[in-house]
Amino acid sequence: MVVYALYGVAALLALAPIAIALGASPRGTIVVYGASLIVTLTLCVIALLCLFEHQAPSTTTLPLGLPWLGAHFRIDPLAAFFLVVVNLGGAAASLFAIGYGRHEHSPQRILPFYPAYLAAMNLVVMANDAFSFLVSWEFMSLTSWALVISHHQLRENLRAGYVYLLMASFGTLALLLSFGLLAGADGNYAFDTIRASHPSAALAALVLILTVVGAGSKAGVVPLHAWLPLAHPAAPSHVSALMSGVMTKVAVYGFVRIVFDLLGPPDWWWSMVVLGVGGITAVMGVLYALMQHDLKRLLAYHTVENIGIIYIGLGLALAFKAYDMPLAAALALTAGLFHVFNHSVFKSLLFFGAGAVLNATGERDMEHLGGLIHRMPQTAFVFLVGCVAISALPPLNGFVSEWLTFQAILLSPQLPSSGLKFLVPAVGALLALSASLAAACFVKAFGVTFLGRARTPAAAAAKETDTNSLAAMYFLAALCLVAGIVPGFFIDALAPVTQSLVGVSMPHQAGVEWLSIVPIAESRSSYNGLLVFIFVVLSGSTAAFAIHRLASDKLRRAPAWDCGYPDPSPATQYTASSFAQPIRRVYGASVFRAREIGEMPAPGSTLPARLTVELRDLIWDAAYAPVAAGIGYAAEKLNSLQFLTIRQYLSLVFAALVTLLLVLAIWQ
Amino acid sequence: MIHDFALQGAQMLLVLLLSPLLTGFVRKMKARLLRRQGPPLLQPYLDLIRLMRKDVVLAESASWLFRVIPYIVVAGTWVAASLVPTFASGLMFSWSADLIAIIALLGSARFFLALAGLDVGTSFGGIGSSREVMIASLAEPAMLMIVFTLALIAGSTQLSTMAAYMGSGQEGLRGSLGLALFALIIVAIAENARIPIDNPATHLELTMVHEAMVLEYSGRHLALIDLTSELKLLLYISVIGCLFAPWGIAGPDASAQAHAIGVVIYIGKLAVAGVLLAVFETAISKMRVFRVPAFLGAALMLGLLATLLMFVSRSL
Repeated sequence: MVVYALYGVAALLALAPIAIALGASPRGTIVVYGASLIVTLTLCVIALLCLFEHQAPSTTTLPLGLPWLGAHFRIDPLAAFFLVVVNLGGAAASLFAIGYGRHEHSPQRILPFYPAYLAAMNLVVMANDAFSFLVSWEFMSLTSWALVISHHQLRENLRAGYVYLLMASFGTLALLLSFGLLAGADGNYAFDTIRASHPSAALAALVLILTVVGAGSKAGVVPLHAWLPLAHPAAPSHVSALMSGVMTKVAVYGFVRIVFDLLGPPDWWWSMVVLGVGGITAVMGVLYALMQHDLKRLLAYHTVENIGIIYIGLGLALAFKAYDMPLAAALALTAGLFHVFNHSVFKSLLFFGAGAVLNATGERDMEHLGGLIHRMPQTAFVFLVGCVAISALPPLNGFVSEWLTFQAILLSPQLPSSGLKFLVPAVGALLALSASLAAACFVKAFGVTFLGRARTPAAAAAKETDTNSLAAMYFLAALCLVAGIVPGFFIDALAPVTQSLVGVSMPHQAGVEWLSIVPIAESRSSYNGLLVFIFVVLSGSTAAFAIHRLASDKLRRAPAWDCGYPDPSPATQYTASSFAQPIRRVYGASVFRAREIGEMPAPGSTLPARLTVELRDLIWDAAYAPVAAGIGYAAEKLNSLQFLTIRQYLSLVFAALVTLLLVLAIWQ
Repeated sequence: MIHDFALQGAQMLLVLLLSPLLTGFVRKMKARLLRRQGPPLLQPYLDLIRLMRKDVVLAESASWLFRVIPYIVVAGTWVAASLVPTFASGLMFSWSADLIAIIALLGSARFFLALAGLDVGTSFGGIGSSREVMIASLAEPAMLMIVFTLALIAGSTQLSTMAAYMGSGQEGLRGSLGLALFALIIVAIAENARIPIDNPATHLELTMVHEAMVLEYSGRHLALIDLTSELKLLLYISVIGCLFAPWGIAGPDASAQAHAIGVVIYIGKLAVAGVLLAVFETAISKMRVFRVPAFLGAALMLGLLATLLMFVSRSL
């Protein structure tokens, strides 16, 4: 199987030079995205076959890379699951881009990198030795960086690309060190050798920290998230969807692969680190998102939040695994991985929606939109589905994975460690808080963008997006519904993954009557999205039918009531900032040092009144600004070394040589 | 099978029919406490019928979503209310959603109602929606913490199992239970937009929340929104009743007589809760909207404390 998958990757790589040859011609867009669609769909089918066939992992070695090592590739259940996520997202993005890409001004800046980027993500997931893993990882970073700066005319995009490149290199460095420690002095880079050798406790601890930092910086955990809300929105929308929906999942894959698979049995405190990081990431991500009025940046911050939720599931799984509670570990791991799948679906959908809006109006700023539900009813509908799903509301899929995480939290009092006993309830509270804030945030995102009255002529003149884009969005929206109402099948599909990582899997769900999901026992908890959905639809339509039949079905249009004082200007509507004002007042004072400065002109003056809101990004100020300032200072000081005479350079070289020899002498 | 089905249907009808009566009863009690005559007990039913028969006057800028939302919220709330044990536990479909899912279902209803507030594009709708989600952002996690506490005590998130466990008297009095009850009452007041969080009787105050959000609704749409509020009040009282006063709930295989007794006791519980609510609302004044976070934050902290106590004490 892995050989066929590699053929697919080769096909994607071959598309890159074809794209260069086709250049900026309109045919290029259709050829490249159409071919990507076909290849990713094929890869998706291959991955599904690997996941369901329960065979031994399929491996192969190519004579590439390090001469004594070769390039190892392998598809086991974990890799197969992530291949499904990658290629499903890739297929949807390609389908969307067939329509969306037509509006691109300079497609030659995007088309060559797009298939290469897809290939790189596939390679990371299939790699079976540290060398191929890191090379693919770096290739993935670089291709996505090229896509981020494809609209390089905008200054902020260049800055985003710069920050992204730095953070990506930093993350790769951490992963490089972590693999170096895992491989040991002999340089056993193959994953099979690493898996067989169990590192000492201190070494494992160091690897864990490096992995949390390395994979976490790619996934966007707080405080390493700073690049994400800059880079994800800067790319074209289908690439944003891939970066947010898929690439962060590849980073999660890297984390799971190292921590659950390669590193051996976990220590109890590992879970504390992961849970703490997850809880803080979830809440901080959504709080940042609430303060945004750029639609794509808001979505990018929500990726940060959802990565936090995924990490909470993974952290719980680690805790249960460390204390040898495999069934509970299987539940928590399933919750985390199911959220990986769910998030990739609805986040791609939402970014597509944002892209459609961007195409139709040229605006990403919600304060300049509004009323799009009248002009783009279908986009509005699918975007709404995505909003409900990401807000973890039943009966859609986001709720199911959070419900499973809550069920895992409720099993954790059985954990013997007292540290975890205090941490887990707190993390549970953070998770609950982030879920309710996410709902608030998506009321804002959908309400301000699609509802109300148009705030600008561009929004008033918007046109519905094209069929291909709509097809991609409807497909993902349908997936949100299906995964929400029959989650049992999806949980069963994850069984081989949990089997391979924690030894057991959750009870088989597909056979439960009425297609309910029962994580532990029926008396303990069960949920049936299908019945809830049917009940809501039935009672809603019964009510509608009865009222229209028996009471009244008359309707007439009139100006808005607004308590008797309707204002014709759309500027009097609630905006994104005013909608978030109560929440900013509750949380912002401490988290963002938010300050509101009102300037009231003197009576009689014709100057306008002004309200300025100041928000500070404390994480940037505390962690990034000092580092940047320090590097700038050092560079300034070292700058004088550029202007020395030849004698001084020679004496520098001589001094360095003597120092090194001295060190060597003392060492021995 | 048919018997089970009939019982589940009876529960659905019971909550639908009783909820306007409960609201009417609370209004009557409040009026009597203020030494007023008050409206007749059945006035909410008459209001609903009157509203349903009137034309809908729809704002020109309203979208299709605005017209669909009343049906979505009434359906979501009605389903949630039907899944809470009222007079009998272990009904046919009671396992299809546990307490977490019921809370989330109410969350879905609120999500759509908040969208409706933004749809017409007026400032009143926006102010209502933004305050509603602010209150919910604190009330919902508090509620989940309460659920955690109770679930850890009863070993289940299934309301029927929880009610049966609490009714069996195995637990006795617990500190966590007290904290959870206190927090649950605060959350119930906030979620139902009662005094001191919000005033259900007016929409002419600057501090209003819920009534501002639904200001643009009229006719049958408004009737459904009102019915939703009434159902929600009934739901929260039922939840408190089945967890903290779990007496007289008929078991899964009880006789018809036990069910009849269950209905009578349930109505009794509603009446007691209605009196308590009326007394509480009469005795207290409305608070400023930006005092609300502190009030709800207390509920969140109490819930967290109760959960922490459960985590620590379970291991002893």
